[in-house]
Amino acid sequence: MAKEILVGKASDFKEGDKKIVPNGKNSEIGVYLVHGNWYAYANLCPHQGGPACEGLLMAKVEEVIAEDKTYQGMRFNHDEMHIVCPWHGWEFDIADGQAVADRKWSLRKFEVEVRGEDVYVLA
Amino acid sequence: MELATSDRYHAMSVDSFDTEKLLTNAARQRDARKLNEFPIFDADAHHYESESISEIIEYIDDDILNHLARANPAIISSGRGGYQPMGGRITRYPLRKIEETPADGVHRDVHLSRRWMDAMGIDYIGLFPTGMLGIGLIPQVEVEVQYARAYMRWLTEKILPSDPRVKGYVFLPFNSPEAAYEIATEFGDKEGIVGFLITSPRYKPVHDTAYMKTYSYIEETGKPLIFHSGLNWNDPLMSVTNRFIAAHALGFTLYNVIHMCNWICNALNERFPKIPVVWTESGLAWVPWLAQRLDNDYKMRSSEIPGLKKLPSEYMGDMYYTSQPMEMPNDLSFLESTFKMINAETQLLYASDYPHWDADMPMTIYDLPFLDEKAKRNILGGNAIRIFDLDVSDRYPNYKAA
Repeated sequence: MAKEILVGKASDFKEGDKKIVPNGKNSEIGVYLVHGNWYAYANLCPHQGGPACEGLLMAKVEEVIAEDKTYQGMRFNHDEMHIVCPWHGWEFDIADGQAVADRKWSLRKFEVEVRGEDVYVLA
Repeated sequence: MELATSDRYHAMSVDSFDTEKLLTNAARQRDARKLNEFPIFDADAHHYESESISEIIEYIDDDILNHLARANPAIISSGRGGYQPMGGRITRYPLRKIEETPADGVHRDVHLSRRWMDAMGIDYIGLFPTGMLGIGLIPQVEVEVQYARAYMRWLTEKILPSDPRVKGYVFLPFNSPEAAYEIATEFGDKEGIVGFLITSPRYKPVHDTAYMKTYSYIEETGKPLIFHSGLNWNDPLMSVTNRFIAAHALGFTLYNVIHMCNWICNALNERFPKIPVVWTESGLAWVPWLAQRLDNDYKMRSSEIPGLKKLPSEYMGDMYYTSQPMEMPNDLSFLESTFKMINAETQLLYASDYPHWDADMPMTIYDLPFLDEKAKRNILGGNAIRIFDLDVSDRYPNYKAA
């Protein structure tokens, strides 16, 4: 049975907030509220073990190509937010934890439950 | 401190920064792998000498250049272009400014270095500058010469004596062969100096006759000669690229490719067989490529390189390579093949490149499934201890080479 870790009060989170909670002695879990959804991932990058959840949340960068195939610049796509590992910049889709450059790699995902006012992560 | 992000809803504000905290997971890797049980030498570590530029400028004797440097401290790192911090994604770049260090007489660079060394389990480092890696691109030769001498005086007086774990290399102002020789001989036997550095982004042929007496001196010292690569986005060839990733991936490789080609094609391995030549910060995958290209051509055109007594690839297998930025293909058999071609067990030196953006932790070597424990320890420290002739008795009194 999964261990429940109390993260805190749901009302303490506003859009884009995260909280990193201990998961035992030698690991942590990052809990996020993004676009109204809760997400939780291990604070451990599959690349070289960096603390991925301690980095920035950044919108996906997209290239803008016109119908005639000409390059028109780049833009942020705020519908897809990325967790960015601060060690090397590996980016992970907040929705599923997959590395956006190579989806064979991903952050370990945990379930989040909100019961009443309390937010729990199931580790 | 507010970090730059893509929008205000996902802003990140940081009040303090501590390298040790950032590297908590590195310390866990260190403990899980027992990396503190054997010596690790990081052959390519960096400091940001630009942050101490006012101290370095004090060592510039030339009055005119001293004044110009004080008026324009950024002169040493001008001209290369780049986006190393990845739009702020690598948070240690902006945050290092707010990291506090004790005011105890030990230089801040040494304090910061110790923090990440201890976290990663690294015992000793070979320290390279950062901004000065591009100084060979400045058209004014005298600027490179004056800065090289000032940097070396500062390094050997203010940095290296602070901690025997921190080693340094003589910065050769290679655009002036005479000054390169003078500085090599002036600083080559200073305390803490373990090798000689040529920054690769520059346009001087390494086989020029004017450098032979410098190589002869280096060979006499027995210390390695290190080519540290870099990029120059303003290079006419590189300027065809429009993304930093391309300028970086190509630039950091090509300068060492060219110097390596010239070194081999002018039979400098035969002229200076006792110089351990080290190729730094180009990754490793270029070595099999170049070795195969040169071997193939050499078998047809050996009359152009009569000084060689064996295949180019065999000379390349005699030279040394630092690991970072090590290619990590999903199919590790590619990397295993590269290790085989470069004789990694004896010729490869672990390098972190920390604190730069593409730094490699010791686990990048230690976790490779195709290496045995002896090979891992050689690459992480033993090979460097041998070629840099390091005394590690202060930390490992009973150390014996594997």
